[in-house]
Amino acid sequence: MLIHLFAMFFLVGLVSFGGGYAMIPLIQEEILNRYRWMEAGQFADIVAVAGMSPGPIATNIAVAVGYRQAGWLGAALAALAVVLPSFALILAAGKLFFRYRDNPRVAAAFYGLRAVVVGLVAYAAVSFARHAGMVTAAPDWRTWCQLAIFVGSLFALIYLHKHPFVVILLSGLVGIALYG
Amino acid sequence: MTDKRKLHLSLFLVFLKMSPLTFGGGYALIPAIEREVVEKKSWLRREEVADLFAVSGTVPGAVAANSAAFIGYRIAGVSGAIAALLGICLPTFVLMIVLSVFYVQFKDNPKIEAAFTAIRATVAALIAFAAIKVARSSIVDFASGALATGAALLLFTGIHPLWVIALGAAAGMLWVHFRALRGKETKIKDKEPVYDYMI
Repeated sequence: MLIHLFAMFFLVGLVSFGGGYAMIPLIQEEILNRYRWMEAGQFADIVAVAGMSPGPIATNIAVAVGYRQAGWLGAALAALAVVLPSFALILAAGKLFFRYRDNPRVAAAFYGLRAVVVGLVAYAAVSFARHAGMVTAAPDWRTWCQLAIFVGSLFALIYLHKHPFVVILLSGLVGIALYG
Repeated sequence: MTDKRKLHLSLFLVFLKMSPLTFGGGYALIPAIEREVVEKKSWLRREEVADLFAVSGTVPGAVAANSAAFIGYRIAGVSGAIAALLGICLPTFVLMIVLSVFYVQFKDNPKIEAAFTAIRATVAALIAFAAIKVARSSIVDFASGALATGAALLLFTGIHPLWVIALGAAAGMLWVHFRALRGKETKIKDKEPVYDYMI
């Protein structure tokens, strides 16, 4: 278990170009389908808690998954695994980066990488919404309210430039009023 | 305490202080780095901050952790990098565990469950917002738009995300190469890099 935990989050740390949100599909695939550590709904809750907390979302997910699977040791191991690859690369990149920054092949690879990161994050949003029960064939009033909260939150983030923390807090209060 | 020790402690504390700012995005981190690292400590020159974020954004991993490691390394070598990284990670690590414990304790409480039903919708919006921000800087032409759409569709077929990442890099190189063969130049640099979605 601990070895799987470390190996998985090391891999996540290694390929997390475009950072946290783009890594949600990868973590989800490994946890739900490969290791079968939890159900989709439980994973969605971990992502929700990770999104509520400051700090990089991939690291937060690693800490929560590690803690859930193996306590403090698991949390520390998963966090170490996720930062280790970039830490090593940063030490190497201090020199290499300036040599390869303008290399046309590297730039071309990043042109493609950045584009698929958009796809990964968009997929993460849809798949999260599905696991949160927001996409169903027979929506009831709860689902409609969730969709309204989704649209309202997006509006507050994009056009009102509200801080994510404020939006989450307000959303929680609205939830208590609506569903409580 | 030796000078080296003092420097490590000071690196640790500066990034410890900045850690809570990494909430949901790095817009807040750039001015904080300019204030703490450039103005107060004079560890970096102002023009180096752009390089710092370019490196941190290029290397995989969270920009906040990467920039801490980079600055720590520049100031005091590998041990400095470790001190800075610990500083930036520790508060969020502890907070995340506290939240996990809290969540496990209270998830069956009807009020918390009600709040979470709404918060899940907001987290979906947060992820969608991240997608929009990345799209704004990464979709620079028709081809990159098509690549992003293709990637999302491929993911829905159940393909492993690692393949999508590898295909993206390969497709980028091939596309730019073929256009160059036909004598066309591809605009591959984004207008303004977005840092905060990576944090």
